[in-house]
Amino acid sequence: MRFVDKERAFRVLLFLCAIVTVAFVGVIIIYLFVAGIPAIKEIGLRDFLFGTEWRPESQTPQFGILPFILTSVYGTVGAILLGVPLGVLCAVFIAKIAPRSIRSMLKTTVELLAGIPSVVFGLIGMTVLVPFVQRVFNLPSGANLFSSIIVLSVMILPSVVNVSENALRSVPKEYELGSLALGANRVETALRVSMPAAKSGIAASIVLGVGRSIGETMAVMMVSGNVANMPSLFKSVRYLTTAVSGEMSYSSGLHRKALFSIALVLLLFLLIINLSFKLLIRQDKK
Amino acid sequence: MSSILSTRDLQLWYGQTHVLKGIDIHIPEKNIIALIGPSGCGKSTFLKCFNRLNELEPQCKISGSVLFRGRDIYSRYDVNSLRKSIGMVFQKPNPFPMSIYDNIAYGPRVHGIRKKTELDEIVERSLKQAFLWNETKDRLKTNALGLSGGQQQRLCIARALAVSPEVLLMDEPTSALDPISTAKIESLVKELKSKFTVIMVTHNMQQAMRIADKTAFFLLGEMIEFNNTDVLFKTPFDKRTADYISGQFG
Amino acid sequence: MSKRKLISVLFLWLCYISAAVTVLLILGLVFTVFIRGREMLTVEILTGIPSFLKGTIGILPNILNTVYIVVLTLGIALPLGVGTAIYLNEYRRAGITVRIIEFAVDILAGVPSIIYGLVGLLVFVTSLGLGTSIISGALTMAFVVLPGIVRTSLEALKSVPAGYRDGAFALGTGRWHTTRTVVLPSALNGVLAGAILSVGRIIGESAALIFTAGVADKMLNIFEIFSPNNSGSTLTVALYIYAKERGDFDMAFTIALVLVLLSFVLNLSARALFKIGRVKT
Repeated sequence: MRFVDKERAFRVLLFLCAIVTVAFVGVIIIYLFVAGIPAIKEIGLRDFLFGTEWRPESQTPQFGILPFILTSVYGTVGAILLGVPLGVLCAVFIAKIAPRSIRSMLKTTVELLAGIPSVVFGLIGMTVLVPFVQRVFNLPSGANLFSSIIVLSVMILPSVVNVSENALRSVPKEYELGSLALGANRVETALRVSMPAAKSGIAASIVLGVGRSIGETMAVMMVSGNVANMPSLFKSVRYLTTAVSGEMSYSSGLHRKALFSIALVLLLFLLIINLSFKLLIRQDKK
Repeated sequence: MSSILSTRDLQLWYGQTHVLKGIDIHIPEKNIIALIGPSGCGKSTFLKCFNRLNELEPQCKISGSVLFRGRDIYSRYDVNSLRKSIGMVFQKPNPFPMSIYDNIAYGPRVHGIRKKTELDEIVERSLKQAFLWNETKDRLKTNALGLSGGQQQRLCIARALAVSPEVLLMDEPTSALDPISTAKIESLVKELKSKFTVIMVTHNMQQAMRIADKTAFFLLGEMIEFNNTDVLFKTPFDKRTADYISGQFG
Repeated sequence: MSKRKLISVLFLWLCYISAAVTVLLILGLVFTVFIRGREMLTVEILTGIPSFLKGTIGILPNILNTVYIVVLTLGIALPLGVGTAIYLNEYRRAGITVRIIEFAVDILAGVPSIIYGLVGLLVFVTSLGLGTSIISGALTMAFVVLPGIVRTSLEALKSVPAGYRDGAFALGTGRWHTTRTVVLPSALNGVLAGAILSVGRIIGESAALIFTAGVADKMLNIFEIFSPNNSGSTLTVALYIYAKERGDFDMAFTIALVLVLLSFVLNLSARALFKIGRVKT
């Protein structure tokens, strides 16, 4: 009798764990909607999303977040354009070209990079990259979109390399042998067989990179200058994430509510990216 | 008789293991050669010496020589053009995860053929040679992994033929297939003899008897006997060959 | 040189260069942190408490706050996450519930930490009245690491051979008993490795903590950890404050070195555990 009771008790307990986990997701989404919608209603969806002026503290406050949206898009695209080719080629080198002895050393190095906290990237960006950019391009300040793109591309590098490398390594060996036996060399085999066969893994690494660079906050805060300009490569800019974190501590009233709306926009962005990637993968499998 | 492939005192080690111990063979052109022997005797390894696929194993060491049309393939021979001339079909069908058409066109494209009309022609010819054309002509653009096991293997043969090789190496090409598919592949191989030289590793002695002109028997890294198939199976010269083909060990 | 060869050689060089650039970036990064953080990294700094009045500096409060948040977060998230994974894998192998939960976990994993920070601010700091405090920070971090823990635990459980369970069931044991005595022990390494990775995530997190756990540097005792409105900054948050708000880069680099060393140790031990786990199964 005791045995059966115990079994039942644990069944209920574990079920509760699962429910709480789901409730967590629910709480996040519901809270963001509840907190984010009022400001959008007050400002108006069009003025909010497509307004180019962000002046929350002025006499006639304006809450246009287009500069933040565009900065986040440009910053992410830039980081992907720089980081993905570098990372994927590096993954090809590790998985297909490097001699065995170097391979594991390289993998360990890249994996270690993945664990370094983002504020450390920000710190190096602030103290090394920003002054460098300022000097080289002769600018009043090196804290701009360009610097943040560089920092983001380095930050997404480890996940791009790791995920792509795993995908490339799990390509069945028979495919590659088949290609070599037809007289294709190592490079042709990698380009025409291994990479196409690993394409969903490589795509996953890109999505991971997109997610990481759209969501990154502190490192970007430290190198982007944090001014609500419409984005341009050598101007100080403000991302969606830094817009939220930069003003959270002192905002109030409609200003504060608008920050929650920005977070909602950010969340929707990520949901759309992740869902479309899932659909893509599913179609690919068919 | 002129031989298309021959080896002279071919030795091969994997690390410390001596896998091939001095093989001398002369392979006549446009014949089917079967390599038989118990597993672990080195016959598959020997097969891969002809297209230098052994080099992919990091611990592999080779001495002696392998001559293809009189030229040593291990000294100053471009390995990619070698593998174009000497095709290979593997034990497990290994079509690439792409369309039937792209599988066949893969080799020609790698070797620089870009023109669509030319590729179309090669794809059709190769599939016809592999007796696969009628089954696939309506779905050339579908994924090759949707074919049955036997069809996949014939696709792999067609893929190998598409680069117009002179020799076809086959490593137990029917061991993963059902009897009907096996019969199809065997009759295909017999047809191919008119144009190609085929060297085939097989576990199945009946298969060797059915299709091979000549058969070589391998044991523990040595080639014990190489002769016309009917002679080797009816009146083997060596006692070990006789023991093996009469089923005393395997 | 033929066109074919040219493409091959070109691509090969691109791969070499990419690998070299990646390695140089990593080495440059780590090297910079070592060079600039090394000088000030002393026992005095590690055990010192900063005070304007006494003119002392140190990062002991930040180290302790980090430890508190790690322990509290894992205390909340580990049972919850492992429990969810067990329920999903051992009790309901398929069906709509599993799919909903797995979907939820996937969604959570992609949410950036600043959003967790905001929700933490709304829920724990404001609505529940906990204020900026260690406990608010830990509850928020539990949100952040939960999906990862569920995922790695699920993977570890899935890799336990079905034969183990069948063997136990055939002897008439119940599900929980089987899970506790047979399944969990052989999945333990995977679960632990997941926990270590979460520790890394907590230590590295800053955006979710700056508004929930706050930015104060004073020493907190055990009671203050659990009481509202006693804010305390972790190492990463302190680094950010030193660098961005106070311009004290020497302190920032000292903390950066501590963080990099910590992340290396955690990463290597997680790898070791994964390896042991794989050899065993």
